[in-house]
Amino acid sequence: MAEQHHEKYYVPASSPWPIVGAIGLGLIAFGAGHTVIDMKNEVDGWGANVLTGGIIVMLVMLFGWFRDQINESMSGLYSAQLGHSYRQGMAWFIFSEIMFFAAFFGALFYARVIAVEWLGGASNNAMTNEVLWPGFEAMWPLTQTPGGTETQAMGWAGLPLYNTLILITSSFTCHFAHVGLEKGKRKQLTLWLGITILLGCIFLYLQGAEYVHAYEELGLTLSSGVYGNTFYLLTGFHGVHVTLGTLMLIIMFLRILKGHFTPEHHFAFQATSWYWHFVDVVWVCLFIFVYVL
Amino acid sequence: MSTVVGEMDQHDHHHAPSGISRWLFTTNHKDIGSMYLWFSFIMFLVGGSMAMVIRAELFQPGLQLVDPHFFNQMTTVHGLIMVFGAVMPAFTGLANWMIPMMIGAPDMALPRMNNWSFWILPFAFAILLASLFMEGGGPAFGWTFYAPLSTTYSSDSTALFVFSVHIMGISSIMGAINVIVTIMNMRAPGMSYMKMPLFVWTWFITAFLLIAVMPVLAGAVTMVLTDKYFGTSFFDAAGGGDPVMFQHIFWFFGHPEVYIMILPSFGIISAIIPAFSRKRLFGYASMVYATAAIAGLSFLVWAHHMFTTGMPVFAELFFMYCTMLISIPTGVKVFNWVATMWRGAMTFETPMLFALAFVILFTIGGFSGLMLAITPIDFQYHDTYFVVAHFHYVLVSGAIFSIMAAAYYWLPKWTGHMYDEKLGKLHFWASLISVNVLFFPMHFAGLAGMPRRIPDYSLAFADINQIVSIGGFAFGLSQLIFLWVVIKCVKGGEKAPAKPWEGAEGLEWTVPSPAPYHTFDTPPEVK
Repeated sequence: MAEQHHEKYYVPASSPWPIVGAIGLGLIAFGAGHTVIDMKNEVDGWGANVLTGGIIVMLVMLFGWFRDQINESMSGLYSAQLGHSYRQGMAWFIFSEIMFFAAFFGALFYARVIAVEWLGGASNNAMTNEVLWPGFEAMWPLTQTPGGTETQAMGWAGLPLYNTLILITSSFTCHFAHVGLEKGKRKQLTLWLGITILLGCIFLYLQGAEYVHAYEELGLTLSSGVYGNTFYLLTGFHGVHVTLGTLMLIIMFLRILKGHFTPEHHFAFQATSWYWHFVDVVWVCLFIFVYVL
Repeated sequence: MSTVVGEMDQHDHHHAPSGISRWLFTTNHKDIGSMYLWFSFIMFLVGGSMAMVIRAELFQPGLQLVDPHFFNQMTTVHGLIMVFGAVMPAFTGLANWMIPMMIGAPDMALPRMNNWSFWILPFAFAILLASLFMEGGGPAFGWTFYAPLSTTYSSDSTALFVFSVHIMGISSIMGAINVIVTIMNMRAPGMSYMKMPLFVWTWFITAFLLIAVMPVLAGAVTMVLTDKYFGTSFFDAAGGGDPVMFQHIFWFFGHPEVYIMILPSFGIISAIIPAFSRKRLFGYASMVYATAAIAGLSFLVWAHHMFTTGMPVFAELFFMYCTMLISIPTGVKVFNWVATMWRGAMTFETPMLFALAFVILFTIGGFSGLMLAITPIDFQYHDTYFVVAHFHYVLVSGAIFSIMAAAYYWLPKWTGHMYDEKLGKLHFWASLISVNVLFFPMHFAGLAGMPRRIPDYSLAFADINQIVSIGGFAFGLSQLIFLWVVIKCVKGGEKAPAKPWEGAEGLEWTVPSPAPYHTFDTPPEVK
């Protein structure tokens, strides 16, 4: 691939944004750490202020950095080779995200297939069950923990099923928008992209409703044992990613209204669309392994 | 052709800008590489001084200098700093400096993100080090932060540890994405994959490992955070979780991480040994395949860190055999290096000395690793000083020696001056002797049953620990010679030619020394 590209490769001379971003991340880490500690000790500390400051710095950085990049891109500084760099970078970023979710899916599988079974006396652990957790029976969903916390399981019919259909549909509408962009049909592009954003927002709303239902009616909370833990961390991190994806789609929508992107040059749109499909695939895995099975 | 670099900006970029803003705002792979290397050396000294505290306390049996809780913080933060602050950034620094020059690229593929990756690190380590001064102390659960030590029994500051590891991880992942994209997309015309220098190949595979496992570490620390602060029970049997699960998740990251810290070394040694043997590297293709095989196997061996934790017998056997399989590709490498030297016209400048010491001492570390891989024998060795001896042979006389070798090898290219060969040799011999006095007796202490991570020990181990501590202080002091050599070399010295090493090969030797601020604005033709 590298062999075919002899045109110039744009190397920006210098940029203030990376150091701003590093300060932002540093403040976020320091602030988040102290916020959590303050919460645990039930004191009103300054942690949350530092965290908020860090988030603001990060937002300024993201705005400035992307503005610079959009300006560079619009003035034609970016070669095809640079486009490849961006695309490959995004692909590897998504791979790293997949591995992040893999850690939590791994925890789910381990808890379900090994930890809970062993606590129930499986394999050679009869005495573990007999002596440490007498009366505990292995089950999944774990509606009664060895320690005695009780909860109810979240079914897959109803909201989760609707959400699955909504997100799968949104993957298709996102693709139609992409096709519209590549064919130069701006109307098709804006229409389908608008529908995708709408579906993303509906998904998030329903997910919120589901959490309320879980907390208020099922008694399924973050601290109701490893079933609730894996449920909330997996769906929660997925929800964060959908939120991010929806924001990215909205930004794409605004840029499209401003006339950005051509059938040939639309890396940002492509990356957003990849991200959206990734979020969708993660949800399908979630639906199967967290809700149905 | 590609001569224009950043035509949007007004000033001339072919000369380095000056002042502090050069370092804060830079997008230049050489500047960023230098910052990584200096940062890593500072962290090496910080982590090293913690090791000195540990060795001072262990100089005599009984508790003299520090209380056990502080001792635990020292072992923990020493490990974290050396792994994430010294070894990994040093390799990233070398990658930044050398990979674009080795493949004929104008810079890294994503230059701004490159600078972001670097500048996250000082903040991450400032947070980690600051947590030591909090009430209740910093992390004291070992660098492996096993639950429930890191959840139920840890101090308040654990949240800071978690978030600093999070941003270290972000930095590593972005750095790795940059490296992998640079290698895939920025090679000069004619630089096919199988023509790439081995340092590029090994980093290519290392970057893949980093992108695959750093997110898993992020998952692990997140679960520790929620277990400690938000009432989850991933690692608590009462809620249906399992502390053993922590170890599985951690070591799924941790074992590939071990190779992240050694594969780039293999690349460095594969550059230096041919250069000073004045022969081509023996078995180039087999080196590439061996590196890939080691990386692949690294995902299948994690539970050999947990033989005594308990798992079904078939799992113990599976992980034992997979671990032993790794010795095959590693053996291929060692034999290839020896075969490269066979009948070569060898000279022994400092980089070569470090490379030779690497081959021998890393192999000792590899052999003790094979001993540890045998499940029933590991039951005896687990958590003793034998393990400490093993991984320090691999990491200090392995990874760190290779980084020293790389620094001496490329210093003339970086600074334009030859380093002081006499001082370099002094640094080498002082390090070589002291590192063995430091780590070799630990094997015996471990075999006799001395446990690791304990500030006190049986009187029977008194002599051995005194010897080890003396070796430790000597090794620590020897590294100051290195600092002196580097400063001297940066400041001046004999002018270095473009190619100071007669037998060296590669594009980096085709550009003048010091390498100009921008190299290969126009890609070179590789035949």
